Amino acid sequence: MTGERWEFLMPSLGADMESGTVAEWLVKPGDRIRKGDCIAVIDTDKALIEAESFHTGVVEALLAGIGERLPVGTPLAVITGAAPAAELRPPTRGSPPVSPGEKTGMERRRREPSPAGGEHGPSWPHAPSPVTSPLVRHLAERHGMDAAAMHGTGPGGRVTRADVEGIEIPAKVKASPLARRLALELGVDLTGVHGTGRTGAVRADDVREAAARGSGTGPRAGTEQAVPGRAASAAGARTVGKPDLGRRQGLMRQAIARAMSRSNQEIPHYHLSTTVDMDTALAWLRERNRDLPVARRVLPAALLLMATARAAVEVPQLNGFWLDDAFVPGDAVHLGVAISLKGGGLIAPALHDAAGRDLGDLMAALKDLVARSRTGRLRGAEMTEATITVTNLGDQGVEEVHGVIHPPQVALVGFGKILERPWAVGGLLGVRPLVTVTLAADHRATDGYVGGRFLNAVDRLLSHPEEL
Amino acid sequence: MSETGTTYREAMREAIREAMRRDERVFLMGEDVGAYGGCFAVSLGLLEEFGPERVRDTPLSESAFVGAGIGAALGGMRPIVEIMTVNFSLLALDQIINNAATLLHMSGGQFGVPLVIRMTTGAGRQLAAQHSHSLEGWYAHIPGLRILAPATLEDARGMLWPSLEDPDPVLIFEHGALYALSGVPRPGPVDITRAAIRRSGEDITLIAYGGTVGKTLSAADALAAENIEAEVIDLRVLRPLDDVTIMRSVGRTHRVLVVDEGWRSGSLSAEISSRIVEQAFYELDAPIGRLCAAEVPIPYARHLEEAAIPQVATIIAAAREVVTS
Repeated sequence: MTGERWEFLMPSLGADMESGTVAEWLVKPGDRIRKGDCIAVIDTDKALIEAESFHTGVVEALLAGIGERLPVGTPLAVITGAAPAAELRPPTRGSPPVSPGEKTGMERRRREPSPAGGEHGPSWPHAPSPVTSPLVRHLAERHGMDAAAMHGTGPGGRVTRADVEGIEIPAKVKASPLARRLALELGVDLTGVHGTGRTGAVRADDVREAAARGSGTGPRAGTEQAVPGRAASAAGARTVGKPDLGRRQGLMRQAIARAMSRSNQEIPHYHLSTTVDMDTALAWLRERNRDLPVARRVLPAALLLMATARAAVEVPQLNGFWLDDAFVPGDAVHLGVAISLKGGGLIAPALHDAAGRDLGDLMAALKDLVARSRTGRLRGAEMTEATITVTNLGDQGVEEVHGVIHPPQVALVGFGKILERPWAVGGLLGVRPLVTVTLAADHRATDGYVGGRFLNAVDRLLSHPEEL
Repeated sequence: MSETGTTYREAMREAIREAMRRDERVFLMGEDVGAYGGCFAVSLGLLEEFGPERVRDTPLSESAFVGAGIGAALGGMRPIVEIMTVNFSLLALDQIINNAATLLHMSGGQFGVPLVIRMTTGAGRQLAAQHSHSLEGWYAHIPGLRILAPATLEDARGMLWPSLEDPDPVLIFEHGALYALSGVPRPGPVDITRAAIRRSGEDITLIAYGGTVGKTLSAADALAAENIEAEVIDLRVLRPLDDVTIMRSVGRTHRVLVVDEGWRSGSLSAEISSRIVEQAFYELDAPIGRLCAAEVPIPYARHLEEAAIPQVATIIAAAREVVTS
């Protein structure tokens, strides 16, 4: 123990966030946590966000109660100095807390001398290295976790894929396929729906009932508990309470209203647009997808995102924030992706380092981001770190988007629908798939010339998709 | 039997009689179909009416007389071959699968086999394991065959003629427990392509065929008393399956129980269940239920035989299970 002490503060999870509510604690006093572990679910009015710890240590006390609305910066929990790294293990919900002095059975077993004696080397008892597969090591690394320090549930204390993913991926809700489809259509968060199936499964009627309750404005909706009590969490489910949809949507609308009003009042927008011939890009994509299983195929939308990200690398003046009368460039291109929620509302979480990914990876990340946005399971960093935002309304049949910048960002890129149109190529008229790309940019940070360079870069990148 | 009423057995006999009157190429052959009038008395009186040329008793060799039927069909006749039970048809599997089902394909489309084979299937009559199995699911596996399972008087009366008109082999499975079924058949055309909805409901789709249709309808009536409105599909055609009717129903009810007197493993019920998952996954609000025969040779003892196959009470319980799961 180093004796250090930190306060975990109500995070600012968006430029427009003034206060938040702890919707769920993911840790309890005595839990050991690592830097980057999600320790609380914060309700920001726009979404339920998992907030991460900036420190490694032990949770000493939780200061904020569930459901308490607190201003940004209010201390929520106290974390004390780090225990030796090898003993750390991420909090696993449902398992009994392990006090610092106590060792788990698994650890004890590892420390017992093996029958083979010293053959395994003297370092063994001090540096337990549970056997893991390359996949598990890879996953752990990707999630920023140390597999060697984790508590393994596999044979012989082996850290399994489930151990790694169990921490990263929210517990699954048991719901029928129809219930899942309805939840998506009605914008109902399944994690908060009470299942009436014999084994607790959420069924279609449960979703309909939750939707009806959520959208109702009667006294029933008003008296509904907005966040879960601890009893719900203790039941083992990763419940984030019955989302009071009406209230949530109202608050989300207000949050969007604040951000957009601020944008319109403060940001002198300029708008540019260009039309891009997608023929080469779509042909290339078809060829690329031909031999891939459906799950790994890349949609044109991902190609457009990738082109935007790479263009933002080439024209960094559009990638960053306008803060205190100066432009602060982003450390990488964290691409905000505008995602409309089925129940109404909009959020634009970030695809981290989009330009540094390969296309398949970007596609996978996009799918993951959309899925988590719609179930309200985004991480804090994803809500605040976007450096430039893309909105694609092509699905809605929109031909071009004249966007409003999300402050404090300085640019918003819009894509319309890819449409077949007459188009002159090499002096001949042909029918080509075209998309209109628009740029809304902050005139304080850049001028039209920079914006033009950016759109040119998008055009060029989409004409050479093999380089993406 | 009332004046205008009939039985399944009589309806079947009437269908054969009508076909033989309409088309002189039609003839009936099988074990004991002539002098004895058929093991289940379906062909009683036909020998007297049509003579030994057209109602032919055969030796106890399924392979030989099914093969003869295939030859006759190739030669331009329209034979109706009766096999006593599906268990005995195993002796003719080679003729049915390697010849009847394949010749059109093997001859590059030159030779169709317009053969109709009728056979008894199913349990419930204390005839023990070698006479009581439901192997129609096996035949439904074979491309080149059309497999029918008449469950009503109308289908018993009406399915034979379109089967004889079919240029390819058609197998008709008559559940042994149905022969005594009586009533007044509703007149009207009968197809051999579609499943039929025998009862409408919106809470669960019960899929049955042949011998389990009646039990399933009784179960649906009992379920209605519990406020569970079941839709009952009579498959009628086991190959090719009528996916459209099934999926539309699942789209309305979102819950399914398949009732099949065949064994569960590798069964027709498994095929139907898979297709629903493939084609209507996002309509499902509960795991698909299956109620099949116990995986044992069908027992002789009455109480064990009853326990081995779907019954009204077990259908009700299984449907309730799906609705509440």
